[in-house]
Amino acid sequence: MAAAVRFFIRGANSRLSVGTGTSGSLGAALLKLSPSCSSRSKTQRRHAAHFTYQPDPVPTQYGETQKMNLFQSITSALDNTLSSDPTAVIFGEDVAFGGVFRCTVGLRDKYGKDRVFNTPLCEQGIVGFGIGAAVAGATAIAEIQFADYIFPAFDQIVNEAAKYRYRSGNLFDCGNLTIRAPWGCVGHGSLYHSQSPEAFFAHCPGIKVVIPRGPMQAKGLLLSCITDQNPCIFFEPKILYRAAVEQVPVESYTIPLSEAEILQEGSDVTLVAWGTQIHVLREVSDMAQEKLGVSCEVIDLKTILPWDVETVCKSVVKTGRLLVSHEAPVTGGFAAEISSTVQEECFLNLEAPISRVCGYDTPFPHIFEPFYIPDKWKCFEAIKRMINY
Amino acid sequence: MLTNISSLLRACAQKSGAAAAVSVRSYSDFTTQATFEIKKCDLHKLDEAPATEVVMTREEGLKYYHIMQTIRRMELKADQLYKQKIIRGFCHLYDGQEACAVGIEASINMSDHLITAYRAHGYTYTRGGTVKKIMAELTGRRGGIAKGKGGSMHMYCKNFYGGNGIVGAQVPLGAGVALACKYQGNNELCVCLYGDGAANQGQIFETYNMASLWKLPVIFICENNRYGMGTSVERAAASTDYYKRGEFIPGLRVDGMDVLCVREATRFAAEHCRSGKGPILMELQTYRYHGHSMSDPGISYRTREEIQEVRSKSDPISLLKDRLLSNNMASVEELKVIDVEVRKEIEDAAQFATTDPEPPLDELCNHMFSNNPPVEVRGTNPWAKLKSVS
Repeated sequence: MAAAVRFFIRGANSRLSVGTGTSGSLGAALLKLSPSCSSRSKTQRRHAAHFTYQPDPVPTQYGETQKMNLFQSITSALDNTLSSDPTAVIFGEDVAFGGVFRCTVGLRDKYGKDRVFNTPLCEQGIVGFGIGAAVAGATAIAEIQFADYIFPAFDQIVNEAAKYRYRSGNLFDCGNLTIRAPWGCVGHGSLYHSQSPEAFFAHCPGIKVVIPRGPMQAKGLLLSCITDQNPCIFFEPKILYRAAVEQVPVESYTIPLSEAEILQEGSDVTLVAWGTQIHVLREVSDMAQEKLGVSCEVIDLKTILPWDVETVCKSVVKTGRLLVSHEAPVTGGFAAEISSTVQEECFLNLEAPISRVCGYDTPFPHIFEPFYIPDKWKCFEAIKRMINY
Repeated sequence: MLTNISSLLRACAQKSGAAAAVSVRSYSDFTTQATFEIKKCDLHKLDEAPATEVVMTREEGLKYYHIMQTIRRMELKADQLYKQKIIRGFCHLYDGQEACAVGIEASINMSDHLITAYRAHGYTYTRGGTVKKIMAELTGRRGGIAKGKGGSMHMYCKNFYGGNGIVGAQVPLGAGVALACKYQGNNELCVCLYGDGAANQGQIFETYNMASLWKLPVIFICENNRYGMGTSVERAAASTDYYKRGEFIPGLRVDGMDVLCVREATRFAAEHCRSGKGPILMELQTYRYHGHSMSDPGISYRTREEIQEVRSKSDPISLLKDRLLSNNMASVEELKVIDVEVRKEIEDAAQFATTDPEPPLDELCNHMFSNNPPVEVRGTNPWAKLKSVS
């Protein structure tokens, strides 16, 4: 299993070394160096990826597919949008050159510098500008370079974007706005390039928050966010940009928002996560089956706000146990909301207290990242505890 | 003016004792000080200007050379260690901009305050951090200047407030520091640095307003290295006259590749602040040789020729070296001795930074709150508890 990840990463690296000579991208090399898998020395082994990527099956219902990694599937979604929607514009820091993670490569050359353009370094301005463009009819797709940098724009998102429709009595809205941002841990991102701020935005009615688990999902969900008539925040797990490779449909397609997906059916424990953590939980599910004979049901929540209560609760009614896992700190993380809701809805069905396996209540650490991450062993322990309760 | 040289610079000269020893034989043959013609600053809302003729003593010249070489070599070593994957994560190098840090530091006191963004290694050194501690921080080791917990962007020492990761976020902090200086009436000031990219952030303008309104002793310094990440200043700023962007705040545009220009302008700005006239803004025109961070090769948005031209025509270290040599203020051999000494210091530091142990795991939770006795921190699940002390 681990070998599979290594293969993907090596494959990505070799392509990268051809591509980056002239491309100049801090994100690209960040990823290039991230899950270094050489086992030669202790220091390097420490940085091995904490998950095994499990690709989605090849989709058949959307026509021709192509092998793409996560950033290429994002580019493909943006490409489809720019070509079909003449009002669509893409802007953000360095996006004209392709962005630090290469998500917008080639789009300026294809669609013109009036539709794909760089902004100054001013996140609050980027989002505020996007709201204005969206309210006046443009399909505005803004990129914030890292989810960690979204906080200067927090006011614009929470107070302006989310409440526009409500406070104008439905006269104005910025539903055409989509904000994309790389999200989550990356192996060595330290304090300001690793955070998972979805819970901050989950406290804010009026916006949608979406996080995909891989390339195929990313494209469909991003296209849904772009067409959705509500402002959406689309967080992209940056560790998967190159590590995740799948067959992705070339044409436009959408995957519905606010619908969780049961990736694996099971009878004993429900495991809920989103983004990168899905791949950790899938491995945990295999471990539980193999080592404990425990059957796990794995659910990808996909949309954090508004979230699919029904799918999760139905599953917990069946299994009687729930584990929610995310990278963000445990206190006040979105797992708390899920846990509380499930407790209310499924109290009499619960066989054990609901488990949350999350990041520590500390800032995202620099060299302690491997300890901080809610890895498969921590999740596995939690399952054992629930089973033996 | 010369009395204002910071004590650090003196300390550095003492460190270069070996160099002094070599020069003893021929000391009397050297010119002890010389007058230099420096580039005129552009002015905004100022009646007076910094001098265009300045005096530099031999002793000062050697100090500046030593510090600038140390910063340059330290950054090149960091580059090497990064490529060996010994330094991980984010790393923004300062080589090319050395004259800014050294020139500023030469005209303020160690009791003054300084805050900058993430390109912080040079300032950490000029503010009194040792190469050893800086390198160990880069590699995330116990002996690092922030106990190995911060890494490249987060370095701190006395009167140096970092080392801040978010573009532009340090500028309001600098004004706050200046308010404290004013309130305490100790005649100290705060040097608040940011880049040309950060100059477009809204909070910078909020800070200009507050600083001017309350006449705070703050020197805003925009280190304009021509590129905000991968976007050149012309493509990001409606006005690239960064020294005028404080509108109601007087400004100076300074050649940031000449340590004497920076020193003279900073001396002028510091006097302005200390005399109670409020904030002043300086734009230092400089250049970074490396890309924005380690993963940016730095040549996709500018040409190799451009970088080469700056290196050959206006390198801050070469400029100082030429001045020292052409005015008979130092000998080639003497400067070589300094180079060897610097290289040794860097090698020793790198050795330390690669062998020093990592901080113990307890450190993960420490220093989150001010607390005594220790508080419990939730671990990965609500019942796993860890201790946090500060």
